[in-house]
Parts: sequence; C-alpha cells; structure tokens
Amino acid sequence: MAALATILEKTDPMLPQPYVVRQVGKETPDTFGLTLEPEDGASGTAFRPGQFSMLWVFGVGELPISISGDPSDSGRLVYTVRSVGKATNALVSREVGDGIGVRGPYGTGWPVEEARGRDVIIVAGGIGLAPLRPVIYEVLNNRKDYGRLVLLYGARSPRDVLYRKELAAWARHRETQVLTTVDYGGLSWKGHVGVVTTLFKYARLQPARSVAMLCGPEIMMRFVTRELEVHGLSRDNIYVSMERNMKCAVGFCGHCQYGPHFICKDGPVFPYERIRPLLEKYEL
Amino acid sequence: METLERFIAEHPFFAGLESYYTGLLVGCASNVRFEKGTSIFKEGGDANEFYLIRAGKVALELIEPHRRPIVISTLSEGEILGWSWLLPPYQWKFNAHALEETRAIALDGKCLRTKCEQNHDLGYELLKRVAQIMERRLEATSLQLLDVYAAR
Ligand SMILES: Cc1cc2nc3c(=O)[nH]c(=O)nc-3n(C[C@H](O)[C@H](O)[C@H](O)COP(=O)(O)OP(=O)(O)OC[C@H]3O[C@@H](n4cnc5c(N)ncnc54)[C@H](O)[C@@H]3O)c2cc1C
Repeated sequence: MAALATILEKTDPMLPQPYVVRQVGKETPDTFGLTLEPEDGASGTAFRPGQFSMLWVFGVGELPISISGDPSDSGRLVYTVRSVGKATNALVSREVGDGIGVRGPYGTGWPVEEARGRDVIIVAGGIGLAPLRPVIYEVLNNRKDYGRLVLLYGARSPRDVLYRKELAAWARHRETQVLTTVDYGGLSWKGHVGVVTTLFKYARLQPARSVAMLCGPEIMMRFVTRELEVHGLSRDNIYVSMERNMKCAVGFCGHCQYGPHFICKDGPVFPYERIRPLLEKYEL
Repeated sequence: METLERFIAEHPFFAGLESYYTGLLVGCASNVRFEKGTSIFKEGGDANEFYLIRAGKVALELIEPHRRPIVISTLSEGEILGWSWLLPPYQWKFNAHALEETRAIALDGKCLRTKCEQNHDLGYELLKRVAQIMERRLEATSLQLLDVYAAR
C-alpha cells in the first residue's frame, strides 16, 4: 500500500488518493456501512453534506458514492453502499485493512447554509437517506442555527430500513420529528405502512419558513414534490438529488449529462425549479 | 350527543361540513374503543360501520393462504377507516386490527345510507369526501405497486 501512495500523485483531481477500510458492517440485507481513513494517517478530507466521492476498487473500477458520515468529523469518510452490481458488490466485500482509492469530494451539496434559520424538511426513499444523513448531522450539531427538522423516510419493508438506532435517537432531539414508513409491513412492524407521501398528513410543517431536501427514486421524488407544493412549499425552496451514472465526476466526459446539466459538477443536488422539466421526461 | 357531534365536526374528514349535516349524522354515531391487538373487522364480513379515527393506529391487512398476513397500510388519528359500507355488496375487503389502543367514532352504515338516500345533498357531500380519499389511496397504491425501491 505504501508503494501505492507514492505512485498516486496527490494534486491531480483525476488521480485517487489511497485510503484503507477501517470498518465495514451490514446495515440491511443488501446495504453496508463502510468507513475509510487515509492510508498515510493524514488529516482526511473536509466535505459538504450531499457531496460524493469516486471510489476506485482495485481490479473492478470506479463508482460514485455519496458521503453519508458526519461533516464535522473530517478524519474519516463514511459511506452507505447498496450492493446492486459488480462494482458495489466488490466494494462491500472489502475487508478491514484493504485499500480503496478515493477521488473527491465532488458535487454541489445540499443548501445547508441557505437553510440556516429555517425549518428543514427531509424526504428520503430507500438508499436516498444516505446522502441526506450529513444534513441531519449538520442540523443536529448546530441545533440552534436551524428551525424544526422534519424527516420523512420511506423504505421498501421493515428489514430495509437504514440507520434504525439513529432514527430513534434523532427523534428524541427537540424540535425534531422523524416519521418512518414502509411500503409493506409484517405483523411485527409497529410503524407506519404506506408510501412516503402518506406521511405528510402526520408531518408538522411550516411551509412558509421551510427548505425541503429530497433524495430517492425519481418517481418517488416527483410524487413528493407535488405533495410539497400542495402543502404550500414554493418550488424554489425544494432541492432534489439526481444520482445518475457517471464516470469522470468533473464534467469532462459527458456520461452523466442530464439535459443541459452535468450531474457530477452541477449536481447531484439541484434546485427543483431547474431540474423539473427533466424529471418529468420519459427518457434522457 | 353534544360531544359526539363535536367529535364529528372536528374530525378532518368532515372539515367545513355545515352543522345541519353533522346534526343529521350524529343519530348514526357512537363512540368506540379497541384494545391493542383486537380485530376491528375481517375480510368478507358485513361492512356495517364507517370509522372516524380519533386516536391510535390501525393496520389494514391482506391474508394470503399459508402465508403470514401482509400489512398494506396503517391508518391513524384524523383518518377514516372503511368505505365498504357505501357500496354493494357491503362487505369488507381487508382485515383491520388495532396496532395500538384506538378510539374512533363509528357511524352505522345502514343508517348513513338511509340518510344519504333521504338527503341527496348530504349524500353528495359524503361521496365527494370519500372519493377524494379513494383517489389519494389509489395514487399511493400505484406507487406501492411500482416497488420503486427495488434494485432494477
Ligand atoms: C452522485 C451519485 C451518488 C451515489 N451515491 C450512492 C450511495 O451513497 N450509495 C449507493 O449504494 N449508491 C450510490 N450511487 C449509485 C452507485 O454509484 C451505483 O449503484 C453503482 O455505480 C452501480 O455499479 P455496479 O457495478 O455495482 O452496478 P451495475 O452492474 O453498473 O448496475 C446494477 C444495476 O443498478 C443500476 N444502477 C447503476 N447505477 C445506478 C444509479 N446511479 N442509480 C440507479 N440505478 C443504478 C443499473 O441500471 C443496474 O440495473 C450514487 C450514484 C451517483 C451518481
């Protein structure tokens, strides 16, 4: 690994930095938490909530993964990875001590600065909670800088619910409402059952003083934006994250071009108003 | 009677309904309470009630033979439970049971149907409100069927 460190030139944004796996653990049957630290014991990388890294898995390739850890803890990078194919499979199969190349952080991030002094509404579906978790940390670490925090989270089934213990802990914070629902439940699940939009009727919202941040499958986000508008949120206070496939992450290759936008450098977080016509298109 | 009428008027389902109509509805109403874990109705049973949930949580379940029941929806405070009383053959399509201690106003289905036949304005008002909820549940069901979180 030390040899790798010397090979990798630190100043080139296209070259990965050497990191090692410090922790890897199962969150749900197909989703894993992964903690990386710089191999050379350096101070690590600062990031903004919503930014992502390009993770280079030796022998497999490179893939974009959102940073899902606490932005105030820059010593390590925490990710939540759902194993869906070759690269993500290889990533979650790494063991403690294995090396991983990291480029980034990249991307625009969530508008946490603009949201100061206002209520924050977070609506997440499935793995979409991962890129939003840093926003939750940010708000809870700086509680008095923000108004109410409302988290509406939908998962497929009870066993797919991410960060279970944290969800319960967040709900105990003052001025914080956490509502979780699953599309289908078993008899042992005591929470809500129904799609994420059905949670709105229980949410205590103050639309005029709120900023909403959404991440999940695109169909879900379309339904949620409609619901937010019905509840009186203006479009320019709604932000969505578009997680399309990408390669270079710096706007060179055009692989993640989404209409006139590049997801990697203009996003993945966009103001809803800007991305709306594209969200409603069938094919891109 | 007075408190029952107030509960009806304050329930979100009847928001904005003229007091004349709540006055008509109160004759069909009673207060009910279900202990945690008790069955409220069973698939195929006669649908004689329309519930306005005041507190608690109810699970709607679908039973597949030889499988454990699947909860397809939960309903809580401020929501309604059951519209099968409105349409023939007046039979429940799901099972419902109380996940928590649940308090509700039960409106007798036959009584409601009779009032609606006698007073079509009330009937239309009720139908509009139920239709709105049906539309929202249909939308939610479509989203559920799309199984948007599945790996694809
Ligand atoms: C900015 C950004 C942030 C991301 N953050 C995360 C994250 O925090 N955690 C995480 O688990 N994943 C995240 N992803 C998605 C992740 O990069 C892909 O799942 C991964 O690249 C798939 O590679 P693979 O070889 O494992 O699967 P492949 O074999 O390439 O694909 C397997 C299946 O997954 C689908 N797929 C691939 N990429 C995506 C995607 N981006 N969105 C939806 N479906 C896809 C394919 O269509 C295919 O059906 C992010 C993507 C982007 C662009």
